[in-house]
Amino acid sequence: MTQYIYLTVLLPFLGFLVNGIFGSRIKNEKIIGIIGSGTIGLSFLVAVGAFIQTLGLPVEERKTIVTLFNWIKVGGLNVNIAYQVDQLSLVMALIVTGVGFIIHVYSIGYMHGDKSFWRFFSYLNLFIFAMMNLILGDNFVLLFLGWEGVGLCSYLLIGFWYDRKFEKGTTGDAAKKAFIVNRIGDFGFLLGMFLIFMTFGSLNFGEVFARASSFNVPVSIFNFIALFLFIGATGKSAQIPLYIWLPDAMAGPTPVSALIHAATMVTAGVYMVARCSIIFASAPAIMILIAIVGALTAIFAASIGLVQNDIKKILAYSTVSQLGYMFLALGVGAFTAGIFHVMTHAFFKALLFLGAGSVIHSMHDEQDIQHYGGLKKYMPRTAMTFLVAALAISGIPPLSGFFSKDDILWYAFANGSFLLWLIGAVTALLTAFYMFRLYFLTFEGKERFGHDKHPHESPGLMTIPLMVLAVLSAIGGFIGIPALFSGEGGNRFENWLEPVFKSANFKVISYGTYSSFEEISLMLITVAGAALAIYFARYIYIKNPHFAVSASRKFKGIYNILLNKYFVDEFYDAAIVTPILRSSDNFLWRIFDIRIIDGLVNGTASLIETISGKIRKIQTGVTQIYAVVMMLGIVIAFFWIILSL
Amino acid sequence: MKTSEDTIKIMSIELILFIIFGLVAAVSAILMITRSNPVMSALFLIVNFGSLAGLYILLNAQFIAVAEVIVYAGAIMVLFLFVIMLLRPEHEKLAFKIPGIKTFSIVIAVIVFLQLAYIIFFAHPGTSLKPDVAASIKAGTVETIGRELFTNYVLPFEAAGYLLLAATIGAVVLAKKKFE
Amino acid sequence: MPVPIEYYLILSAFMFLTGVAGVLTRRNAIVVFMSIELMLNSANLTLVTFSSYLGNPAGQIFVFFVMTVAAAEAAVGLAIIIALFRNKLTMNIDEINILKW
Repeated sequence: MTQYIYLTVLLPFLGFLVNGIFGSRIKNEKIIGIIGSGTIGLSFLVAVGAFIQTLGLPVEERKTIVTLFNWIKVGGLNVNIAYQVDQLSLVMALIVTGVGFIIHVYSIGYMHGDKSFWRFFSYLNLFIFAMMNLILGDNFVLLFLGWEGVGLCSYLLIGFWYDRKFEKGTTGDAAKKAFIVNRIGDFGFLLGMFLIFMTFGSLNFGEVFARASSFNVPVSIFNFIALFLFIGATGKSAQIPLYIWLPDAMAGPTPVSALIHAATMVTAGVYMVARCSIIFASAPAIMILIAIVGALTAIFAASIGLVQNDIKKILAYSTVSQLGYMFLALGVGAFTAGIFHVMTHAFFKALLFLGAGSVIHSMHDEQDIQHYGGLKKYMPRTAMTFLVAALAISGIPPLSGFFSKDDILWYAFANGSFLLWLIGAVTALLTAFYMFRLYFLTFEGKERFGHDKHPHESPGLMTIPLMVLAVLSAIGGFIGIPALFSGEGGNRFENWLEPVFKSANFKVISYGTYSSFEEISLMLITVAGAALAIYFARYIYIKNPHFAVSASRKFKGIYNILLNKYFVDEFYDAAIVTPILRSSDNFLWRIFDIRIIDGLVNGTASLIETISGKIRKIQTGVTQIYAVVMMLGIVIAFFWIILSL
Repeated sequence: MKTSEDTIKIMSIELILFIIFGLVAAVSAILMITRSNPVMSALFLIVNFGSLAGLYILLNAQFIAVAEVIVYAGAIMVLFLFVIMLLRPEHEKLAFKIPGIKTFSIVIAVIVFLQLAYIIFFAHPGTSLKPDVAASIKAGTVETIGRELFTNYVLPFEAAGYLLLAATIGAVVLAKKKFE
Repeated sequence: MPVPIEYYLILSAFMFLTGVAGVLTRRNAIVVFMSIELMLNSANLTLVTFSSYLGNPAGQIFVFFVMTVAAAEAAVGLAIIIALFRNKLTMNIDEINILKW
């Protein structure tokens, strides 16, 4: 089955073509939905087959490369369309196709009645196609192809309801913002690729990573490569300073937010850093930078999420914050922990978004949680699954989020520093708090919605995916039980991924061993803190709602800053966007384009006109003038003869 | 001691005649192009042709000399004079629309003349070309020319006949008044 | 002493260029024609000179034909001038500029 791994890429592409070309003519939503979801389901089965097959192989042989054909062969550049099946890509493939399949099924229910139903599914399939290219490719070019492809699909899907208003603009503006900010990151990524090619002479993963360990390359080059690649990752995975597009991306339909902006696309940056682990490990300064950026992003986004009122916005900032955790893990050299959190986060964040979608759907597109309340009795299944996800993300054992988050915090303490752990721990408390604020305000307490809303449970097509994801969020963490608890096997997940990061781990600086006492005590501290935060949230929002209101009034300044997202968007707008727009309008357009370029073109034409206007006067029509000119020619001819005599 | 008869030997009668005829030809040419009255120009051209005929005699080209007088001076120039008197052109104002063309043309003409002179003297054909009097006398007679015309050059001779026919018809058609 | 050949050639060149100057400077069409005849005659002189000095009658045969052609050309040209004069009532060449840009 490993040999057929390219099917995971091909099938979604076929789904895109079929739904894209014929979709508008297929009137039956079910067929479109079956085609759209079926391709992803089949891809998932192929991935499972490849996984089982790889499990049976001995550890050293677990990397297979399936080459389809040679794509580019120019000079020193040799790029194949080839897919690499190893432990890391298999994990990502399973996540993408598995969670993707679940979300596709959910979308059949959610997008029911939409006039562009077929377009949605074709775009979704295109997205999976690009994402699979990204994670399965065996060279940087294929990865970049997928990278750009998911950016494109993100744009298409955010602006899916293109005729809808969104905040101060339209959904199109949000889509454009996502695309452009991504592009800035992509520029950094491209620079990294160029540097890699210049330094190692190849863009193939196998060759580059082998040479990265063996070549004698100065650290500064590694630093630059890692820095540029990381800039790309900040764009795609919404870290500081390029995270601003993710909250605006909530303009798209909720399944889009679930699939792209929670489970898959935003983890592309994490995957890329993990894949290039050897390069990052060789650039310790950048690793520190990654860890710091990750930690700061985590706490920064969590603080904004504390006071937001739009259900999807809260989840968006939560995503940014969790991504910060993943980068924190990568930064301190815990690559497996980062990937583990990718997996668990895919489960519970997709569940959270889908649950939010279910609520929005039944409340007729109301998204302000101040108008929710007490929905538990109308939507029991949604509420139950949402609770499971909220517990998972808050890191309550034995749910999946506990294991992955704790892994990260432990490595942040052991490999990083106390400060990093502290920031991570505080963020965990904040996460628990805002998550349960959201839960309590939405599903419990007094009903704050008007009589025009009739909330009801969503249809089975939507609740069954929720339940599947809830089960995964609950038990998915057991695969990564730390060595502390699991006995002689060690952390199964870590062991599975270990060979991929072997060469990187040699270079990672670790600060010595710690006792299991410290590990357990840290765990207990964070769990206790999370439980306290949950209780505090319950106190505020259920027992004593006035506390929140008076607190917001007392700390009005801070409240305002947090509500307005630290005014980052406004700052970017004033400092970067407006000057560029203005200079483009005044200088580039008016002067450069109109005067210089048009002037050049028109000027050439008018120059020729002028010259020919002067030259045509030779044709006077008077024969004697022609005769004079002829004599002139004879003079010249004679001079020539004389000179050659 | 050189006597006056000896001195005259350096300058033979041929040379004297050449100088006379040549001067007349040159001067009449200059005069022809400078007269404003076209009749005067025509008359000076006739004088030019006459002196040319004399030069031909000097070169032992008897037939050509006579043909020059009969055809050129006798027929063509008479034709010119007829046309001039028919059309009565006014005396020409010697001004040209584009100023400086006249001086420019004269300058060009002088330059080309100097170039030609230079080429001629540079090539100095005189060293290899000595006049062969007997042969030239023989070549210039009517018999020789007639024999050549009717044996070696009979085709161009007939063609020239056709040319004259065409020219005659053309001239008649062109100069006719409108057809009734 | 026989006349050096260069003298004849120089004279012929002089006559030719006089004709050229006449063609270029005169405005009256008939005078231009006469200048053209002058140029033809200078060519004749050159031909006869060479024929005489080489003892070859071919030059004079050529002169015969040049004369024929010159006669024909003069006839036709004058006919054209008459036709032109009838239309435009002018014989000044520089006013006949139909080929003007």
